[in-house]
Amino acid sequence: MVPVQYFVGLSAILFTLGALGVLTRRNAIIIFMSIELMLNSANLLFVAFARAFEALSGQIFVFFVMTVAAAEVAVGLALIVAVFRTKDTINIDEVSSLRG
Amino acid sequence: MPIISSTDLLAILPTAFVVVWACTLLLVDVFAGAGGKRLTPWLAALGLLAALVLSVRGGGLEQTAFNGMLEVDGFSHAINALVLGSGLLAVLLSVDYLRQHGIAKGEYYVMLLFSISGVMLMGAAADLIVVFLSIELLSIPLYILAAFAQPDPKSEEAGLKYFLLGAFAGAFLLYGVALVYGATASTRLSEITAAVAAGLENPIFLLLGAALILIGFGFKVAAAPFHMWTPDVYEGAPTPVTAFMAVGAKVGGFAALLRVFIVAFPSLGADLAPVLIGVVAATLIIGNVAAIAQNNIKRLLAYSSISHAGFILMAFVPYADDAVYRDTLAAALFYLLAFAVTSFGSWAVVMALEKAEGKGLELQDYAGLFRRHPGLAVAMFVFMLSFIGVPPTLGFAGKFYLFRAVLEGGYVGLAVLGVLTSLVSAYYYLRVVVVMFMQDGKPQAQASPLLNLATAVTAVGTVALFFFSQPLLDWAAGAFLRLF
Repeated sequence: MVPVQYFVGLSAILFTLGALGVLTRRNAIIIFMSIELMLNSANLLFVAFARAFEALSGQIFVFFVMTVAAAEVAVGLALIVAVFRTKDTINIDEVSSLRG
Repeated sequence: MPIISSTDLLAILPTAFVVVWACTLLLVDVFAGAGGKRLTPWLAALGLLAALVLSVRGGGLEQTAFNGMLEVDGFSHAINALVLGSGLLAVLLSVDYLRQHGIAKGEYYVMLLFSISGVMLMGAAADLIVVFLSIELLSIPLYILAAFAQPDPKSEEAGLKYFLLGAFAGAFLLYGVALVYGATASTRLSEITAAVAAGLENPIFLLLGAALILIGFGFKVAAAPFHMWTPDVYEGAPTPVTAFMAVGAKVGGFAALLRVFIVAFPSLGADLAPVLIGVVAATLIIGNVAAIAQNNIKRLLAYSSISHAGFILMAFVPYADDAVYRDTLAAALFYLLAFAVTSFGSWAVVMALEKAEGKGLELQDYAGLFRRHPGLAVAMFVFMLSFIGVPPTLGFAGKFYLFRAVLEGGYVGLAVLGVLTSLVSAYYYLRVVVVMFMQDGKPQAQASPLLNLATAVTAVGTVALFFFSQPLLDWAAGAFLRLF
């Protein structure tokens, strides 16, 4: 059995990659994909711990997270499409007009 | 044992009622004709009022529901009353504004109701799963509402920014929950405390997890350094949405923050205190100093709302102190009430002067308001005094109780910083007053009886409730947490 530390390490790497992606990329879709990566790194952590504890609750949490992520995708993509229709771009630097 | 018993349903009756009412409203709006659609806001208000009655009538109920997922206690009842009242005010503010700006669609009120039900669940959440789900239930409708004026580019931008940063913060919260689960093998708040008391294999997971959860909540309540989205989103979103967001999201964020940290992480109080002090100091300073430079009234109020989050967080610093946390809870609830009344009032005045396409929002547009519309000017004066914390307004009593809780916790330096930044805030609030009363101009207010009603109610409330501060504080102090 793979020790749980390996999973923790992998998920920490995925989470960091996702957070860096959000902070450095400018395309709204790619930022959104990075956020999904962060959510799924948390899912990995839940499943790994659930197996280590031999408890189901962590795995059930993952189902909730997947459902919420799906709802977020629906709303997020709709927002991105709406922005693209008015501005012809989804580069968040070009979308940004509110400042001060 | 049945999975869901009738006592469980009875315990969350007000919340369940709001959700069912929202679903029904969605159907009514689809099948009703043009005449029926005009009723949607009033049906929404009726539903909120009924939920408020249900919540107040069940006010004595104390119960653990859904196998420990939800904790119905004095605190959750207080949050329910606060957010349902805010929802009613938000509906009052929205009706005429939406019609004037051509975005009067029934979905607006449905989204508002869903968001409110999210806040209500956050007040009762006793398991980190429910905290995560209810924070999303609160946020996802707000993303839609922020972009509700699409294809207006500013509103779309506000929606996109709020969505991206909100989802980003949600990911931090979730990872924090996963780490806490890894440390304690449970997501139930009471079981987390029990596991901590029994000794942990990896205490570092608990500390990291709590810190990440704090970041997630920090975004929701707009605390620095996680406040960057606030001015942009508040400026771009339709003004009634901003008014609700400023209060609703804060109430929800603080409700969950208070319960999660007081119940589950009292052992981390000493470790987190320096972090919290840093966050509070940054929030107070950034919120109050950046507001000075603002000429757009929506941005000014956005920075003001950041600074008020800082004031509430100030009382939260000594949360782990057994002798203080009850006073923290009461002071925070009282301040949320004071902030809600004052904030809705000031947004109502902003809406009265707002014109199409974002005109009428500069500070100079308020010049001469006292000559033209003395009622509006005097109301705005009252709200500004309450924001500063001058008696006899609700804001003064709120700040008084917050400072008292901070001093009880022994953080004299924080209290001094709070007083100093309050003084700074007087500058930009009084600037609004000076422009309204002493400069000449020809502002033209919208003729909207509902808006005037909301302004009058909140202005009178801001002053009149001050004289009932003690009973209100007793009410807030009765909002205890049922720990086990």
